[in-house]
Amino acid sequence: MVTAAPAKTEYEAVIGLETHVQLKTNTKIFCNCATTFGGTPNTQVCPVCMGMPGVLPVLNQKVLEYAVKAGLALNCEIAPYSKFDRKQYFYPDLPKDYQISQYDLPIAQHGWLEIELVNKETGEARRKRIGITRLHMEEDAGKLVHGGSDRLAGSTYSLVDFNRTGVPLAEIVSEPDMRSGQEAAEYAQELRRILRYLGVSDGNMQEGSLRCDVNISVRPVGQKEFGTKVEIKNMNSFNAIQRAIEYEIERQIEAIAAGERIIQETRLWEENSQRTVSMRSKEGSSDYRYFPEPDLGPIEVSPEQLAAWKAELPELPYQKRQRYESELGLSAYDARVLTDDRAMAEYFEATVAAGAPAKPAANWLMGDISAYLNSNSNVSITSLPLKPSELAELTNLIESGTISNKIAKDILPELLEKGGSPKALIEAKGLIQISDTSVIETAIAEVLAAHPKELEQYRNGKTKMLGFFVGQVMKKTGGRADPKLTNQLLAQKLNE
Amino acid sequence: MLDRDQVRKVAYLARLELTPEEEETFTTQLSNILDYFQQLSELDTSTVQPTTRAIDVSNVTRADTLQPYPNRDAILECAPDREGDFFKVPKIINPE
Repeated sequence: MVTAAPAKTEYEAVIGLETHVQLKTNTKIFCNCATTFGGTPNTQVCPVCMGMPGVLPVLNQKVLEYAVKAGLALNCEIAPYSKFDRKQYFYPDLPKDYQISQYDLPIAQHGWLEIELVNKETGEARRKRIGITRLHMEEDAGKLVHGGSDRLAGSTYSLVDFNRTGVPLAEIVSEPDMRSGQEAAEYAQELRRILRYLGVSDGNMQEGSLRCDVNISVRPVGQKEFGTKVEIKNMNSFNAIQRAIEYEIERQIEAIAAGERIIQETRLWEENSQRTVSMRSKEGSSDYRYFPEPDLGPIEVSPEQLAAWKAELPELPYQKRQRYESELGLSAYDARVLTDDRAMAEYFEATVAAGAPAKPAANWLMGDISAYLNSNSNVSITSLPLKPSELAELTNLIESGTISNKIAKDILPELLEKGGSPKALIEAKGLIQISDTSVIETAIAEVLAAHPKELEQYRNGKTKMLGFFVGQVMKKTGGRADPKLTNQLLAQKLNE
Repeated sequence: MLDRDQVRKVAYLARLELTPEEEETFTTQLSNILDYFQQLSELDTSTVQPTTRAIDVSNVTRADTLQPYPNRDAILECAPDREGDFFKVPKIINPE
């Protein structure tokens, strides 16, 4: 994004994201403790994750599988030889005083993901590839509760819950390829979409299973060197990521325009005041003294294993989006909405496979069915009583003119609740559309006879009355008259 | 050869407080240890691949099977201080 500054210098922002995602395993990365969120403090701990002397961490094979699959889905090269390292720092949430992470030989590197920004008005889609620098495996730290104050500052002591210590994480670092808050928020969403499609993370931001740190600097357009970068933390929604970046771009441009120097620092996003605040600068870069973790052997993913995992990857969101547009003729917007959630996309595909035309199927799913799911939180698309084949039947009943769109909408609530064959339902209810010309003509004759005044008005040039007559015919036939045919026949009759 | 500033830095990183006498002693002792290891550089390693480990074992993993640790209280009891289900630690001072 290019923002105009008062001094007429144009600036651009350079943005990169560092994302930590929790991998959805039953147990921790190096021990057999549970990873469940919200357990009683310090009930999911053992000597290994607590860093007792003499214990031996062993890598969870699911963590490796999930990290490799995520790497593959992000178009990365998977390292033929990878290892773990110790990152040393002191903080009470880290019982061993070091974190087991990966330093110079991460499991995956040099990938990309594609973001798509759709202009809702024009429906036009702009695609952009964002580079992925690396993806590595590491363990999470514990959780601190500060006593005597709700913040660290002013607290007199702290309480530590180590349940989260050793929970498996993938850290995914992007290239500084993003230029706006919107691009960054879309990157984060696409990343989560991919991880959810793979089933390797639930990406729940509220529970901390997806956390984004933003690196951002601004520079005059055309300048090659990066400006001084600032790190922003503490955003707990995609919307907050976008707004934090937009705020920070403005702040940095204003500072530069005023001749100030940008300080390299970490800033926190404050949701309440909608601004970023300095969290004390960390100029003297930390000395983590990484060294190879002696307790864990290296990882060598064999070509056979890699091929097997690759074969298990599902079709990814960006691939589905492209296919829905090119093969099914959907708009970029529709494709994007349908593919946001894998279960929804699969429901849609099953409906089309059962013979439904794509666009009407998409409309039903994005409209009435989504609305129903949104207002009934106990039902999900996978548990919906109405099955894809039944939705396909419904759309075909409309296409073939057996029922009108209106009738379909009328019976939908019952179908959504109970499922079953729409055809059987309309037959049972006697709702089949009337396309018999003579039946409709009889109804028209009755309507015209019953409304001489309105007929008079119409004949005197008030042609808008056509709608009134159509409505009356519909009413008379219980909504079953074919609307198109009714219009035609009415027009004929009125203009006789 | 290690100098005194390096000893001070290592002590700081390890959160150790050393007296001036100890700094002096450790500068000498740590230098001696490094010198001792320095003997290894007499070996010609020009044809040896760099390695991070001496044992040739890779891909040691375990199944993702839950096995809660039964003696959680023993772990909490190891700490100098606790409050209910929590470990209690002194006021945290942010590193500058």
